[in-house]
Amino acid sequence: MKIFGIPIFPEQASTFAKDVDALYFFIFTVSAFFALAVAVSVIYFGLRYHRNHDGEIGARIEGSLPLELLWSVIPTLIAMVMFGWGASVFYHLRRPPDEAMQIYAVGKQWMWKFQHLEGQREINELHIPAGRPIKITISSEDVLHSLYFPSFRTKMDAIPGRYTELWFEAQAPGTYHIFCTEYCGTNHAGMIGSVTVLDPPQYQAWLQGGGIEGTLAQRGAKLFTSLQCDTCHLDAGQGRGPSLRDIVGTTVTLQDGSTAVVDDAYLRESILNSQAKIVNGFKPLMPTFQGLISEENLIALIEHVKSMSPKGATTAAPAAPPAATGAAPDRPEKK
Amino acid sequence: MLDTLKIPGRHYLNDGHSLRSWLFTKDHKRIAIMYLMSISIMFFIGGMFAVGIRFELATPQGDFVTADTYNKFFTMHGVIMVFFFLIPSIPAVLGNFLIPPMIGAKDLAFPRINLLSLYIFWIGAAFTLYSMVVGGVDTGWTFYTPYSATASNTSVVPTAVGIFIAGFSSILTGLNFIVTIHRMRAPGMTWFRLPLFVWAHYATSLVQVLGTPVIAITLVMLGVERGLGFGIFDAARGGDPVLFQHLFWFYSHPAVYIMILPALGVQSELISTFSRKTIFGYSFVAFSSLAIAVFGFIVWAHHMFVAGISTYAAMVFSFLSFSVAIPSAVKVFNWSATLYKGSVSFDTPMLYAYGFMGLFAIGGLTGLFLATLGLDVHMHDTYFVVAHFHYIMVGGAIMGYLGGLHFWWPKMTGRMYSEFFSRVSAIMVFVGFNVTFFPQFVVGYLGMPRRYHSYPDEMQVLNVMSSAGATVLGLGYVLPVLYFLYSLRRGAVAGPNPWGASGLEWHLQSPPLTENFVEVPEVINEPYEYEHSVVKEKERV
Amino acid sequence: MSNAVAQADHHAHAHHPAQQHHFDTMPQQKEAAVLGMWVFLLTEILFFGGLFAAYMIYRVWYFEAFAEASRRLSLFWGGLNTAVLIGSSLTMAMAVRGAQTNKRTATVNWLILTMILGAVFLGVKVIEYQDKFANYEVPGATYNWMYHDERAAAAGGEHAAPAPGAAHRQLALSPGQLQRTTQIYFSLYFTMTGLHALHMIIGIGLMSVITWMAWQGKFDDQYYTPVEMSGLYWHFVDIVWIFLFPLLYLVERHQ
Repeated sequence: MKIFGIPIFPEQASTFAKDVDALYFFIFTVSAFFALAVAVSVIYFGLRYHRNHDGEIGARIEGSLPLELLWSVIPTLIAMVMFGWGASVFYHLRRPPDEAMQIYAVGKQWMWKFQHLEGQREINELHIPAGRPIKITISSEDVLHSLYFPSFRTKMDAIPGRYTELWFEAQAPGTYHIFCTEYCGTNHAGMIGSVTVLDPPQYQAWLQGGGIEGTLAQRGAKLFTSLQCDTCHLDAGQGRGPSLRDIVGTTVTLQDGSTAVVDDAYLRESILNSQAKIVNGFKPLMPTFQGLISEENLIALIEHVKSMSPKGATTAAPAAPPAATGAAPDRPEKK
Repeated sequence: MLDTLKIPGRHYLNDGHSLRSWLFTKDHKRIAIMYLMSISIMFFIGGMFAVGIRFELATPQGDFVTADTYNKFFTMHGVIMVFFFLIPSIPAVLGNFLIPPMIGAKDLAFPRINLLSLYIFWIGAAFTLYSMVVGGVDTGWTFYTPYSATASNTSVVPTAVGIFIAGFSSILTGLNFIVTIHRMRAPGMTWFRLPLFVWAHYATSLVQVLGTPVIAITLVMLGVERGLGFGIFDAARGGDPVLFQHLFWFYSHPAVYIMILPALGVQSELISTFSRKTIFGYSFVAFSSLAIAVFGFIVWAHHMFVAGISTYAAMVFSFLSFSVAIPSAVKVFNWSATLYKGSVSFDTPMLYAYGFMGLFAIGGLTGLFLATLGLDVHMHDTYFVVAHFHYIMVGGAIMGYLGGLHFWWPKMTGRMYSEFFSRVSAIMVFVGFNVTFFPQFVVGYLGMPRRYHSYPDEMQVLNVMSSAGATVLGLGYVLPVLYFLYSLRRGAVAGPNPWGASGLEWHLQSPPLTENFVEVPEVINEPYEYEHSVVKEKERV
Repeated sequence: MSNAVAQADHHAHAHHPAQQHHFDTMPQQKEAAVLGMWVFLLTEILFFGGLFAAYMIYRVWYFEAFAEASRRLSLFWGGLNTAVLIGSSLTMAMAVRGAQTNKRTATVNWLILTMILGAVFLGVKVIEYQDKFANYEVPGATYNWMYHDERAAAAGGEHAAPAPGAAHRQLALSPGQLQRTTQIYFSLYFTMTGLHALHMIIGIGLMSVITWMAWQGKFDDQYYTPVEMSGLYWHFVDIVWIFLFPLLYLVERHQ
């Protein structure tokens, strides 16, 4: 939206945008009403009761309990409406639907690296299909970043050592801004890019174009072999490590009797700090990969493990509130 | 009363002229004057960085300074303005000068600790200015880990040490005020006869005493992590960078109230004095200050709605954040109602008070946008936030500070300043401020992130407006320096009570005696009783 | 002055030499000092509170690592220091009592004894810190969790005594993980005990001034506020240790 050629609102390019803007207009209207009410009354009182002569003093009015109650209770009620409405929009923003398409993002000084399941990798550019919910799992290789899509009205911080996520459903094909909104050093302002929303057929065409080294899961499978994960994690289950087939989305019993749901955060932790959670019946033999594997390769490995669970892969979303996905690595479950 | 006014023969300013008589003074008024000079210097240093920022942002490309320099500009602007200007501004200058006379005391409870707090402030400022001279710091005033702990290669530790030290200055001032207000009130000065300025400072002091040590220890943890290689927030060793944010905002959100609460107190005095009317709903205004101070401590995580905290925690903190809005709204309504059937005059301090009402209202109302979860996700860390907190901290706190300074300047110096130029300045500050910061709300909603050295072309018009407004605002801030300095020699003699105000401090001569009161007064009337007050002298010589 | 302000008459009594000009009476001056001190201690509680909050969170997250790392501290030295500090609180209280009852020599002696106990505490702390440095247990680039056990094994050959209780404990954490997360424990250990030690040093400095003032005979039963205030400070520093000792030394020592 533009006024006198100056843009005032970013494009409404996601399904959230209208909800968020509606909320914005509501609060704007309420605020404008109260601001004007105060402005008009103080200006009116100032003129109407302007001092006429030097010795004049004001009337002695100590206050009024009914008025105080009125202007405490009414704003409280209005604030509660704002809170409730805002919370419901937020809840929606934080719950990716199960069928959401998965994309991974890694923040690094000073670029955004995106990985598609199909194998495409992009830097500071992201191509997505319109009309499909998309879930982006975010991590950081160095400091804090924040992945921000103004036209989709959503953002989420990238935090070292954990996964966070956001989702949206883009509606209108077009090209929109990507910003980093968490200050990250010298070239913070250069950590920007563009997201291109394509019609689904065009997106399919885009996926086909360009030579790629297999899907993300295939890349993960290569790593699975080259890092010799496959020597212990045998499919049939006789290996020194648990079989990873059909494991994603299930609940495993750990050595100390507690249980854990196998999701992104669990897999991340189990690779980086393998001894944090030992599945019952196995020995803590696996080396830890903390510091030995990049965030991108980690994503590929996790995607490979997920691909071994065709049923569970789409329901890999954790049971806990998604924003809390970010359990710090190797934090043991309460014993 | 006197027909022609004269500066009294003996007062605190001519009680010793040597440097020593100032540097070793125990007089709260002289300490306040030294604070005034110190923070004014810091204000203009911080302001220079703001000029640099607005200059850079006049064009979308990063062409005025390099990205690294720009990052240092906004960091030093924030550090100096927050820790070395806004936090000490009203409490250390106006509070220090006025609380003892307002409650009928000869000095603060601990005059030596008061002087100590000034020296501590100087030492802290010296560390921070030193770090600036040796290359500056580029972490943002928030010092978020891990950037501040590992990635930044600038002078993080000296700056943090400076802030740590200055924090103790703030703690000691708050401690002094709490004890003074509890123990030094004159006979008859009951709690509900205290001026609202004093109530506001009492609430502020509680926040200073309870909040400041937490940021001090947080900076210690950052310091040992950066300086000694400890790992408290280091994700690679299992630490949590977000814990730093929790600890930081546990102080730094209440710190906003350290900055704004005293301004709310000034505002109550101005509105009452210039409408010659007792404040509407005294106890509601008084307790709303305490409510803001208390609620201020339980809303910190609203700075972290997109920092990976759980959905439900975010909801709780959003809910609590709205609770701060209510006492703030109550204050604004009470001030408006005070004007009803008053005797309103538009002297310069009242112009500031009117400006304050408008800007504080906008600042507070835009806080509602940010407390609303669904909106904050979009607005977090954009220029909307920058505009919001400048409306509170500059539009609110600095307007309050300048209003207070113009109000009590005759008391502090015994002389009046130019009425014409001061009104011009008040209007320039108001207009300049709005032109600077209102466009930032728009550009923020448009998605412009804060701390950006360059930005997309379509946002230029709004940024140019902002930079243009900043020019007017800057000139509006320079003007008072000129006419205040001029007034020291040439200003008309003010007399004890040029405004016809009711507070106890206006019963003193201007400038007051070193000991304020020759005899301890006994207070027998209610606050803001203009019926019994000395009414403004007809001829102000 | 207007009719709004009447003059209260005072100056009816003689001033104590220690009474400052801006106070009306000695009790008012003393009440102000006591209130000021308590507000200051409140500040101190919040100062340490930030560290306790961080400690609490990490202890819940990394309980086993904290328990393991805690075993690297010496119960003997920690226990001894606890006793020393509690003893110094007693001697401090005796010093205040001495000042209250006009016993100048007793006050001075008790104060000196308190300072000696404080110095003993700091000396023990130095021994403990030295041990941590020698065992590469100071977080940072040189941190080495395994060094302690390796050295014990090297020193005792195959007869090296296992860590107390080790036989009963089955560690779920690998050395690699302990290497990482015990650093958080030691970071907090050094920050917390270091700040506590700094408070002790300030306390001893404060007390040497008070001792000198007491020796000069500045205090009597009318005016002993400085002694009482340093006492409050000293007791506060003791209480911080009373929390630090179990939190740092006794994480899981019952096994």
